[in-house]
Amino acid sequence: MPYPLELLYTKEHEWIRVDEGIGTVGITDYAQKELGDIVFVELPKTSDHVTANEPFGTVESVKAVSEIYSPVTGDVIAVNTKLQNNPELLNTDPHGEAWLVRVRLSDPRETEKLMTAEDYEAFIREVKQR
Amino acid sequence: MKHIMGNPIRHARAHVTRNEDLIFERGSPGKSGVDLPPLDVPAIASSSALGTEFVRSEIEGFPELSELEVIRHFTRLSTWNFGLDTGLYPLGSCTMKYNPRINEVVARLEGLATDHPYAPESLVQGCLKILAETARCLAEITGMDAVSLQPAAGAQGELTGILMIRACLAERGDPRKYILVPDSAHGTNPASVTISGYTVKNIKSNERGCVDLSELKRTMNEEVAGLMLTNPNTLGIFETQIREISDLIHSKGGLLYMDGANMNALVGIARPKEFGVDVMHLNLHKTFTTPHGGGGPGSGPVAVRAFLEPYLPSPALEQRPDGTYHLNYDRPKSVGRVRAFYGNFGMAVRALAYTLANGPEGLRQTTEDAVLNSNYVKSRLKDLYDLPYDAPSMHEVVFSDRRQATRGVRTGDIAKRLIDYGFHPYTTSFPLIVSGALMIEPTESASKQELDAFIEALRSIAREAEEQPETVLKAPYTTRVSRLDEAAAARKPVLRWKP
Repeated sequence: MPYPLELLYTKEHEWIRVDEGIGTVGITDYAQKELGDIVFVELPKTSDHVTANEPFGTVESVKAVSEIYSPVTGDVIAVNTKLQNNPELLNTDPHGEAWLVRVRLSDPRETEKLMTAEDYEAFIREVKQR
Repeated sequence: MKHIMGNPIRHARAHVTRNEDLIFERGSPGKSGVDLPPLDVPAIASSSALGTEFVRSEIEGFPELSELEVIRHFTRLSTWNFGLDTGLYPLGSCTMKYNPRINEVVARLEGLATDHPYAPESLVQGCLKILAETARCLAEITGMDAVSLQPAAGAQGELTGILMIRACLAERGDPRKYILVPDSAHGTNPASVTISGYTVKNIKSNERGCVDLSELKRTMNEEVAGLMLTNPNTLGIFETQIREISDLIHSKGGLLYMDGANMNALVGIARPKEFGVDVMHLNLHKTFTTPHGGGGPGSGPVAVRAFLEPYLPSPALEQRPDGTYHLNYDRPKSVGRVRAFYGNFGMAVRALAYTLANGPEGLRQTTEDAVLNSNYVKSRLKDLYDLPYDAPSMHEVVFSDRRQATRGVRTGDIAKRLIDYGFHPYTTSFPLIVSGALMIEPTESASKQELDAFIEALRSIAREAEEQPETVLKAPYTTRVSRLDEAAAARKPVLRWKP
C-alpha cells in the first residue's frame, strides 16, 4: 500500500492529516501489518487533552498490546466510534476509514518535525534492514 | 454427534481422533450420575428454606449424564493436554522445567497437606519453620537480606515490590512520579508500575539488545523513583553494565527493581544484591520447580535489602530467642497484606524440597545446564534462523523469522508447524523489540537427545518454509482442529454455551 502524500508520519508509525488546525490521526499500514489482526482499540474521550510523543490510546492485536503515540499536542474533538465494534477496519483501511481521533492542534508548528511520505518510506526500509 | 453419523467405525473411535462435544451437548433427559437415598426428614419446599428469589423453576439445557459418561468426558479432555510430562515445552521466558516427583511426595505428607492456616502458632511450628527455611534459602540465593513469601505470582511480586519502593520514597519525603522500564520488558512490568500510581517511561534498548546507558543518563533524574530491570533480559542477554546502571539509578536517589523471571540463568552463579539490586521477585513456578500453568498456583516471593524490610507485606514471620516462630502483625510501615494467610504454602514446601535436594552444587549445575542447552540450540540453528542480537546469551535464545518471512512464513506459522513434530511451540512474537520473534528456552530439563530432535524439527521446518511454504502456512495437520480463527475469537468471543 503506498503512503498517501498528504499525510505526515511519526517514527512510532502514526499518521496525521492536518486541515485548518484540525489533525486527523491514525496508525500506518506498516503498523497494522506488524501488529497483525487487530482485535481491540482503546481511545481517549472527546475533550481529552493529548500531548505530542505521549501515548493516548492502545491497539490490541492477537500478538500484542501497543501504545499509540500522539503526533501533536491538542484537544480531542472527535473519536472514531466505529472502531469499537469494527477494529478490523484498522487492518483493511488504516489510512482512511480507520482514523482514530481528530485533534485541535495547540501548536501547528509541531508538525514540522514529522516525516513526509517519502521520508517515512525510507525510515521503514531502514527499520526492516535492522 | 451429527458429523459422524452413518459411519459406525469412526463413531467407535471418535474420542481418539475427533473433537469432543461440550458436556451440554452430550446428555439425554432424565439421566443422572447420583442416586440419592430416600428422604428421612420431613420434606419442605426449597423456596421456604432459600426464599423464592433464589429458586429456579427450571434450568435450561442442564447436562444430564451418567457418572461414567462424565468421567469419560473429562478423562478424554485430560489426555489432550500437552505438558512437561508429555514432551519438550520450550516456551521462552516461562522456564517450563521438570517438576520433580519428590516435591509432590513431600507436599503430600499428612502433617503438611492437612494443616490449617487458622491453627494456633504453637501447633504449626513445623510449617512455619518450612516457610522460614524457604525464605532463608531464597535470601542466600539472591544475596538479599529479607524475603516475604506472600505474593501469589510474579506479577503480584512486582506490584508488591513497586509499592514498597513507593512507601520507602514517600517516607523520605517524595514518592516521585516515574518508573523506567526497558522496551524489552515483560508486559506485567508497566502494568505493575501503573497500578502503583507511577507513570511508565520507556527506555529504548541499544543495538546489543541491552539498556542504552546514554539514554538512561538522559532519562534518570530526581523525578524518577527507579528502574525495573530484567536481568538477563528477555533476549537472554546479561546486562554486563549492570554496575553502571545501578550506580546511576542510586546516584539520583532512585531504587533498582529486578524482575526475577530469568533467575534460572543466575542461581548459584550471581547474586542480584551484589550487582546493586534493591528489591526483586522470584517465580517459584519457574526457577524453583513448582507447578507452572494449569492453575499452579504460582508463587512470587519478594526479596529486599535491609532498608526495605519494614515495608514487606504483613504479617512477617519471625523467630523468637527460644527458637520458636511467630507471625508479627505489628508492622506499621508495611505495604499491608497482599495475599490471604501466608502465601501459597504448598509451593514453598516444593521449592524447599527442590532447593535442599540439589544443594548449592546441584543448583549451580542446574543453571550451567540451562545455559548450555540454550546455547546448544542457538549454535545449531543460527545458520537457518536470523539472530537479531548475536551477543553471548544465557538461558534462552531469541531468533527472528526474517529469513522465513521472505517466503511469507511468520513465527506463528513455524510455531504451529512445530506442533506436528510433537513439540510445544516456543514463545512467539515476544520480546516486542524483535520483529517476528521465536523465543526458545529449553531449560536444564531437556536431554541432548530431546534437544537434537527439537533442533532437527526446526531445521526441517526451515527447509519446508524455503521449498514448500504452503505446508507450513496450513499447519498443524495432526491436531483435532487445525488453524483456529484467533482474530474472530478475540473480536467476537463466545464465552458461554447457549442452548
